[in-house]
Amino acid sequence: MSALPLVALVGNPNAGKSALFNALTGARQKLGNYPGVTVERKAGRLSLADGRPLELVDLPGTYSLDPASPDEQVTRDVVMGRQAGEKRPDALVIVVDAANLDNHLRFALELIALGLPTIVALNMVDLATRDGLELDAAALSRELGVPVIATVAVRKRGLDHLRTEMEGLLNGAPSPYPAPASAPRDFEATRQEARRIARAGVIRETPSRRLTAAVDRVALHPLAGLALLLALLFVMFQAVYAWSEAPIAMIEGLAEAAATLVRDALPDGILRSFLVDGVINGVGSVVVFLPQILILFFFILMLEATGYMVRAAFLMDGIMAKVGLSGRAFIPLLSSFACAIPGIMATRTISDPKDRLTTILIAPLMTCSARLPVYAVIIGAFIPARDIGFGIGLQGFVLFCLYLAGIVGAMFVALILRLTVTKGASGSFLMEMPKYQWPRPQDVLLGLWQRAVIFLKRAGTIIFTSTVILWLLLSFPRVPEGDPASQVDHSIAGRVASGLNVVLEPIGFNRDISLALIPAMAAREVAVSALATVYSIDAGDDEAALEQSLGDRLKGQWPLPTALAFLAWFIFAPQCISTIAVTRRETNGWKWPLFMVGYLFALAYVAAGLTYWTATALGLA
Amino acid sequence: MRLTDLPLRQPAYVDLIDWTSLPASDAQRLREFGLCEGASVEALHHGGLLGRGPIACRVGRMTIAMRRAHAAAVTVRTGPETLGSELGA
Ligand SMILES: Nc1nc2c(ncn2[C@@H]2O[C@H](COP(=O)(O)OP(=O)(O)O)[C@@H](O)[C@H]2O)c(=O)[nH]1
Ligand SMILES: [Mg+2]
Repeated sequence: MSALPLVALVGNPNAGKSALFNALTGARQKLGNYPGVTVERKAGRLSLADGRPLELVDLPGTYSLDPASPDEQVTRDVVMGRQAGEKRPDALVIVVDAANLDNHLRFALELIALGLPTIVALNMVDLATRDGLELDAAALSRELGVPVIATVAVRKRGLDHLRTEMEGLLNGAPSPYPAPASAPRDFEATRQEARRIARAGVIRETPSRRLTAAVDRVALHPLAGLALLLALLFVMFQAVYAWSEAPIAMIEGLAEAAATLVRDALPDGILRSFLVDGVINGVGSVVVFLPQILILFFFILMLEATGYMVRAAFLMDGIMAKVGLSGRAFIPLLSSFACAIPGIMATRTISDPKDRLTTILIAPLMTCSARLPVYAVIIGAFIPARDIGFGIGLQGFVLFCLYLAGIVGAMFVALILRLTVTKGASGSFLMEMPKYQWPRPQDVLLGLWQRAVIFLKRAGTIIFTSTVILWLLLSFPRVPEGDPASQVDHSIAGRVASGLNVVLEPIGFNRDISLALIPAMAAREVAVSALATVYSIDAGDDEAALEQSLGDRLKGQWPLPTALAFLAWFIFAPQCISTIAVTRRETNGWKWPLFMVGYLFALAYVAAGLTYWTATALGLA
Repeated sequence: MRLTDLPLRQPAYVDLIDWTSLPASDAQRLREFGLCEGASVEALHHGGLLGRGPIACRVGRMTIAMRRAHAAAVTVRTGPETLGSELGA
């Protein structure tokens, strides 16, 4: 806990709290967790005009102090001073959407009644103006009894004014506004008061040009909307391949240059093998997928920031309802395409516990970005880069099918879970649909930058460590000089894998796959770095073999049915320690994560087996 | 007329809401969205291919989505604004 003055940003969801938070704190932010709950704590520092620092926290959005989810509970507890690990804020900045005052002022009144020093940020005045609404901040100040400052968080307008007011509040300057006569207590009275004040703050209101309504006529149309959604997803998966070629080639070139450099500089031996086989080839084979992962995140960030994500949830609610889920579950599931961990955390907005549990259990079936390296390496090696007409590439199409298989699998599993272990009343679907808007490039870039850092950190820690451990287990004991046996067969890891291979052989997996799957329990991408390490060690000093890319080597050694079975395995296999850990946290125990791991491995085994046997029977080779 | 039967893009007012037919938490959320007797509403979109999907509607200045089961609990009235409806936006 810090001794700095604490100011909390609070308000309805989508009022612009996070945008304001980013604008005020810039890069100086820290992510953490509230103890005991898994709600993210987002805090940052800000310097006042007199140089004094203060700490700003961005609280989860909520509609009232009556929490409906764990997220909202944190907000209530913090402002009431009841949250463990957080002192009661010294002041509140209530963020309200200028175009939706009736509603947001109701919650603001509830917050003002708490009696903490308060400022209201009348945010999104630009959008209100676009909608033909002109507001009087001074009139609102008088009515609310606290300073009201017009802001446009995304254009950094009104921030200086906001800072000055914060300084005044923290210095204990007396409020220039008389306290409101009475703080209304019950919901209905507060609502009517909010309406009255909202009206008093309107200077002019003209019928507006409604961009959002016009776009929604297409985006929410049962047929056109669904076609648009599918088209967007399809473009996304094509782009993952089409846009990434050049940057990938660049990274590969760098890795190769580094390997050559080390090979030339060091004498043959353990250290050289460690650096080339373990570090450069192992970790490098994963880092190479950074461009594809960033492209994927780019699309997901755009879908979220433009306001389209909620429309997708709306379109999908009918289908989700058929498998006993809420359309709301679509948002955590779609974020799980990037990574299941934020996806599982995002289920906290689902209030029905069984709905939420089901969503958590199927989230790992959404094809996360960690599978991309695995899919990409296999597709790149075994699926020809052919055009299948209409400018659609076969490789992108196969990738699309893999994503689709994950989705269909998830729906099927949800249906079964809802009839068995998570049986209960069907959930509901209640959502606010935000206005569309074009995100600022800086925000998207910041989001991408954060993802890139997280990915590279993972590559530097989890993936690096598991690769190094694997390299050790593969390199020892050394094959005696002159012995014709291969180093991999002779090593500890090779022997363990041979044991595991007894179970995996029936579904077409070879010893190298068994080998790669063990360290890949840490993270799926490790499967790729592990294969790279295995083949790099196997190649030994064979110059020709060392020159080959991982894909070329796989192509030479694996039959097609095996490669396809490997892809099918990864649609389901729960190979990610972090996901298992976050599931344990979110479900408060080991029961559900163990259940999840069990059912997913069973599905992975069956899917890989069916794929292998079918492909073999069809004579694919 | 129920909100489910209200033709698209025809402005109306909420006449009556059968709060008791809704789960308490959903009722609370709808209230927080500004749904109340007298509020102005307009059905904007019906989701779902067979018309069984959710309904998007404008309530006051906000656009919200809800399932048909919830919308069926809302009785609306079209025509000129009357006394009770001055609460609508
Ligand atoms: N035009 C405009 N957009 C804003 C403003 N403040 C926030 N936004 C956008 O509104 C959306 C919701 O903002 P966000 O900060 O995530 O809201 P939160 O849920 O309160 O944290 C984002 O797409 C922001 O970029 C503003 O003042 N003007
Ligand atoms: Mg936020």
